[in-house]
Amino acid sequence: MTEREKILGRIREALTVPAPRPGTHGGHEPAATLVGRPVHSAKPWLPDGGETPEAQIAYFRAASLDLKTDFRDAPDEGTAMAILKEIAQAEGWKKIATHRSELTDKAAAALGLPILHVEGGYDKNEMEACDVGITECDVLVAQTGSLIVTSRSSGGRALSVLPPHHVVIARREQLVRDLTAAFALIQQKYEGNYPSMISLVTGPSRTGDIERILVLGAHGPKKLTVILW
Amino acid sequence: MSSESQEFLQQAEVITKDLRHRGLIQTALRKYEVARDKRKSAFGDWQSSRQAAAETKWEAINHLDKYLTEFADKLEARGTKVHWCSTPDQARDIIVKIIADKKARCVIKSKAMTAEEIHLNAAMEKAGFEVVESDLGEYIVQLRKEPPYHIVFPAMHLTRDDISDLFQKELGSAPTREPEELTMIARRALRKKYIQADVGITGANFAIAETGMISLTENEGNARLTAALPKTMITLLGIEKILPKMEDLALFLPMLATAGAGQTVTGYNTLYGGPKQPGEVDGPEEWHVVLLDNQRSILLADPEQRDSLHCIRCGACLNVCPIFRNVGGHTYGTTYSGPIGSVITPHLRGLQSWKHLSSSSSLCGACTETCPVKIDLHHHLLQNRRNASQEEPNAMEQTAYKAFGFVANRPGMWQVGKELARMFQPLHKFVLGTKLDPARAWTATRDVQPVAKESFKEWWQKHKAEKQAK
Ligand code: SF4
Repeated sequence: MTEREKILGRIREALTVPAPRPGTHGGHEPAATLVGRPVHSAKPWLPDGGETPEAQIAYFRAASLDLKTDFRDAPDEGTAMAILKEIAQAEGWKKIATHRSELTDKAAAALGLPILHVEGGYDKNEMEACDVGITECDVLVAQTGSLIVTSRSSGGRALSVLPPHHVVIARREQLVRDLTAAFALIQQKYEGNYPSMISLVTGPSRTGDIERILVLGAHGPKKLTVILW
Repeated sequence: MSSESQEFLQQAEVITKDLRHRGLIQTALRKYEVARDKRKSAFGDWQSSRQAAAETKWEAINHLDKYLTEFADKLEARGTKVHWCSTPDQARDIIVKIIADKKARCVIKSKAMTAEEIHLNAAMEKAGFEVVESDLGEYIVQLRKEPPYHIVFPAMHLTRDDISDLFQKELGSAPTREPEELTMIARRALRKKYIQADVGITGANFAIAETGMISLTENEGNARLTAALPKTMITLLGIEKILPKMEDLALFLPMLATAGAGQTVTGYNTLYGGPKQPGEVDGPEEWHVVLLDNQRSILLADPEQRDSLHCIRCGACLNVCPIFRNVGGHTYGTTYSGPIGSVITPHLRGLQSWKHLSSSSSLCGACTETCPVKIDLHHHLLQNRRNASQEEPNAMEQTAYKAFGFVANRPGMWQVGKELARMFQPLHKFVLGTKLDPARAWTATRDVQPVAKESFKEWWQKHKAEKQAK
């Protein structure tokens, strides 16, 4: 018998005795229950992300402020690229790391700086030495101020965490209300052939491990900028 | 009394008097409480969300065979190697062998309580590998050669000065009082390790059956790097981490972050479904997922306490527990401390040796109240006490209660006992708390109430007599 069979055998044996339904301690009936319903019916109980696109932008902005994400909502592409150039100058970027896609190509062209493209492999040390990683994202989440990057759509696993600054270029239509909508979108897009990594990124890298005092840039990027139009 | 129990009592005695420790923990936890309450208030209905989370985990745990099979099959279909381990020995051997086969030397690790549970670092070091913890808190306690203090906040018991001293000694850095500067010292030291490491080891917070993925929760980005740069990735997780569907994360990620750290969601929540896939630019060429039972199936066989496998290791029950807040994380002497540790350790490591943890409780129920997946923690502590005394009855205690019952049922004897107690109690103060004190077990840490000058019965008789006289 393999270890797999042994473990599954013990589990099946254990489960022959049923356990009581949860949340019924001391004979109390729980206030609301999901029994038999899918988990997305719990949606109204979770934090909200706004109904209209305007409300969603407002939620995303508020969350970004809280998370110390630099969020720039530009009226058009021209302004978005101008903002990007401004940041590049202010921080004195010398070299950028990015991947090939519609939006990142536009950004790279606007910046006109030396580029490390991840396609076809890259040197870890070289990427670490870049001032910024510029990526697209799959979806932005108003409820939490998060965005989702994947190993297929955002230049692999390291590009969004290795350089000290992560810049995300996005379109306003990519913003959805909440995590339920975001995961539904991911499933719809990739069902049957998922990227090997799907990461929900919420703010720049952070730690509170020293006296619970917030410090940004623990291991990943110290700065996260989201530019959309 | 077991040696574990004696050690617990000795350490607790020392640390509860340590005012510096108390101050540190109280400050840290106050900050946590403020943040948690703010996040909770953003929920439409926190209590219903808890119920939903409890039911979702119930579904997963009570059909664990089905979901685990689905999870493993899906992972294997995309080129991941899945290893099933019944015991810590098996898991350690498999992991050490994978690393040795790769002729690797340097291993980078992100936070994994399951690895603490099986003492993985010690095994890897014994095999001659260099192992570096990458989570800042874990890195600090690793440098101190200590186990993590708390399952979510490993270095909660240290001040910035402690950490600065440590870094000076171990890394040769300049002293500083800035948490920011300390973090950057660690960042620089660890970046080098990331680039060097041949193998990355992670834990997992959830295992998604539907899509065959693990979900990893962190704030620092260290797990992201651990899963991105080394050529080989190993993930160790307990079999109870299962969630049926990907959409369940829309509920569990906010619940975990809110209860655990007072965040809406943590910084990085990452799903991994395989090693580097065709067309991808980076990621490990090989991914091994090690599934660990280690007595979990025994816990599963107890329907009364099966729900303790619903635990998502958020640490919320530790944070609110008056015992944890006084004795601290290390006193427990267990991988999992606080209420959940007191509930499961007797199952994982022996009831008689660890039953004292179930007695170290005020039974206030704060843990049950706060648990995001509604585990009936404080009742489980009572059940552990019951099970322990059924398994090994305490003869002294039984005799004492029998004697008490015998006397209490005989009014005459009770009367005599009362008179004797009144007569001798004033003498008690001469031996109070000393070796001669017959009630020392009680009086060492508690006050004794004086026997009432007048009992209710005496009052009643007097009162009745007065009334009749009127
Ligand atoms: S028992 Fe509940 S509160 Fe305690 S760590 Fe587990 S999930 Fe969190």
